Amino acid sequence: MEKRVVFHNRYLPYLLIAPQIAITIVFFFWPASQAVVQSVLREDAFGTSSYFVGMENFIILFEDEYYLNSFKITALFSTLVTTIGLSLSLLLAVTADRLVRGTTAYKTLLIWPYAVAPAVAGALWGFVFLPGPGIFAWLLLQAGVDWNFHLNGNQAMFVVVVAATWKQISYNFLFFLAGLQSIPKSLIEAAAIDGAGPIRRFWTIVFPLLSPTLFFLVVVNVVYAFFETFGVIHSLTRGGPAKSTEILVYKVWYDGFEAQDLGGSAAQSVILMAIVIGLTVIQFRYIERKVHY
Amino acid sequence: MKSTGKLARAAFALLAGTAMAFSAGGALAQAKDNRIELQWWHAMTGALNERVNEVADGFNKGQDKYKIVAVNKGSYPETLTAAMAAFRAGKGPHIVQVFEVGTGTMMASRAAIKPVYELMAQNGYKFDPGSYISSVTGYYSTSDGKMLSYPFNSSTPVMYYNKDAFQKAGLDPNQPPKTWQEFEPMLKKLKASGSTCPFQTNWQTWVQLENFSALHNVPFATKSNGFDGFDTELKFNSPLHVRHITQLQAWMKDGLMVYGGRKNEANAKFVSGECAIHMESSAGYATFARGAKFKWGIAMLPYYSDVQGAPQNSIIGGASLWVLGKHKAEEYKGVAQFFDYLSSTENQTWWHKNTGYLPITPMSYEATKQQGFYAANPGTDTSVQQMMLKPPTNNSKGLRLGNFVQIRDVMDEELEAVWSGKKSPKEALDTAVERGNRLLRQFERDAKRS
Repeated sequence: MEKRVVFHNRYLPYLLIAPQIAITIVFFFWPASQAVVQSVLREDAFGTSSYFVGMENFIILFEDEYYLNSFKITALFSTLVTTIGLSLSLLLAVTADRLVRGTTAYKTLLIWPYAVAPAVAGALWGFVFLPGPGIFAWLLLQAGVDWNFHLNGNQAMFVVVVAATWKQISYNFLFFLAGLQSIPKSLIEAAAIDGAGPIRRFWTIVFPLLSPTLFFLVVVNVVYAFFETFGVIHSLTRGGPAKSTEILVYKVWYDGFEAQDLGGSAAQSVILMAIVIGLTVIQFRYIERKVHY
Repeated sequence: MKSTGKLARAAFALLAGTAMAFSAGGALAQAKDNRIELQWWHAMTGALNERVNEVADGFNKGQDKYKIVAVNKGSYPETLTAAMAAFRAGKGPHIVQVFEVGTGTMMASRAAIKPVYELMAQNGYKFDPGSYISSVTGYYSTSDGKMLSYPFNSSTPVMYYNKDAFQKAGLDPNQPPKTWQEFEPMLKKLKASGSTCPFQTNWQTWVQLENFSALHNVPFATKSNGFDGFDTELKFNSPLHVRHITQLQAWMKDGLMVYGGRKNEANAKFVSGECAIHMESSAGYATFARGAKFKWGIAMLPYYSDVQGAPQNSIIGGASLWVLGKHKAEEYKGVAQFFDYLSSTENQTWWHKNTGYLPITPMSYEATKQQGFYAANPGTDTSVQQMMLKPPTNNSKGLRLGNFVQIRDVMDEELEAVWSGKKSPKEALDTAVERGNRLLRQFERDAKRS
């Protein structure tokens, strides 16, 4: 039996995917091509004149040690946000799944942070950690920590990671919980009868069966850490102190909108685009193989 | 059922009525107003936003040909970015307020701007650069004195101090420190009297490096701080600069000084009485006058008494109004008329008294004095006096550097590295100069091409 859908009209399938294609062209391909064009030009701020400069924008970037440093920061930041975020939300999902009473209340509370806008999340954690009146800052000071994330780069990184992770935990939690609930109870019960304890059951049965969800979430979280954490960083540290929290996307924005260096900013977004394409290819080609569907 | 129907009908009638009233009102307003609209984009918020609206209202009521529409576009960088984007789309505002560090960028964009001296001359206004306070207007003029943008809100940093805290520490509340040498013993006394924050500064780059250079008559950059060409190099890593930053670092280590952030975040700690000595723009006056619940005073910025020629004069910050190109001649006529209105002694005096920004003509300074404002509000003339201490030299006319927005950020980053003990003052200033020079060279390359 033919499983595939067969269209008898030759044009109908094209017509059906036309809207999606149009959206992709207008919102993805066109801006991306603009970025590529801009990246080989230098232009004055008002756009009255522009000059072709070849690879100059890229050369300037790679001669700038702060740009290279921004790669390291981005790698550290996205690794921390992804691993901490995923482990915590997996832990929360597993415990929520085993709950007998008050499940809905816990779930609702855990989902709330997702509704908070990144900038608001940033401002919120900013208050909590504000040297002086902030409650965590106060606790840390009592514990003898010289706390001032406006001056200390490591502390600043800690704060942005906390805020960015906190915001994403709800999303991860939801997917993990759905993944857990789709695992057949019979498998777990069979293992239990064979004498496997909860921890062993988790690592040998639940975790492998959860791997498609985990894989999906890793991709989503890396993209989140790369791009959507802008609001958190902007409201908390503005990339500082001394660029210690300036991730790649933040630098693109800063150079383009604060410094009016459009060529340099476009060159960075081209590089960023290449990184994301590369990461996605790696993820789908190598990691996906290890995933059991 | 019947009653709901009635209710619905009543609601509908009400809605229709309001809609009609609105559209009628709109039509009326349109019919009355066939004036030429002039867009003025600015970055003034809070109380200053209200003052700006009052300025626009005053002009709009005084004549019936033009209508200035003042629109707040967010922060200074946001306003500038918005104006640039709008200009690219052919919808640029007539007037845009640009902060002083954007001056180099604006000057390099000759094709996009209409110089103010040209605008005034073309529309028949006599424009005598000599009738302005040169240390204010010089910042925005060519080297031969042609004004490129209109100095709207200019301020200069001054020193505010808490007189009650001075009294408590056994210091004379009417004798604020005049020199940096006098600082240390005073800070120690303040600390001994229980102050957790004897001294702090806002805008560290503007106050402790830029104005510091001008006051000591040492170059901040070569080529008259950039006035004489784009091939300028930064000079703020001289032994004197290193000495000053080393001094500040030592005070921070000893708890005599507290770092309060890059901008004016630290105002809160002066208003609350926590900090005793505070350096901030003269435009901070309104904030302290409203918020501070203690006696306070204003004094000039200190200097090192062993440096020859100090104190020279301080330089300004704030913003100026730029006129964008590609508008109609009759619209420019309105803009010129508006600038003429702004320059009148009466308006200048009002603006100076109500905002703490500097007057731009000596006449309005005199008028303010004669009205007894300075006598009634002691210290408000400190800023003007500090600006006019001596005739400006090549080191104290102002700064004209390209990519200055980024250079300021570089200086902030390197200074923070000093405060957190990561770098020595010499090392940090050297790095800042080197990184800043790279930005200057890039600006020079770009400027040569266009």
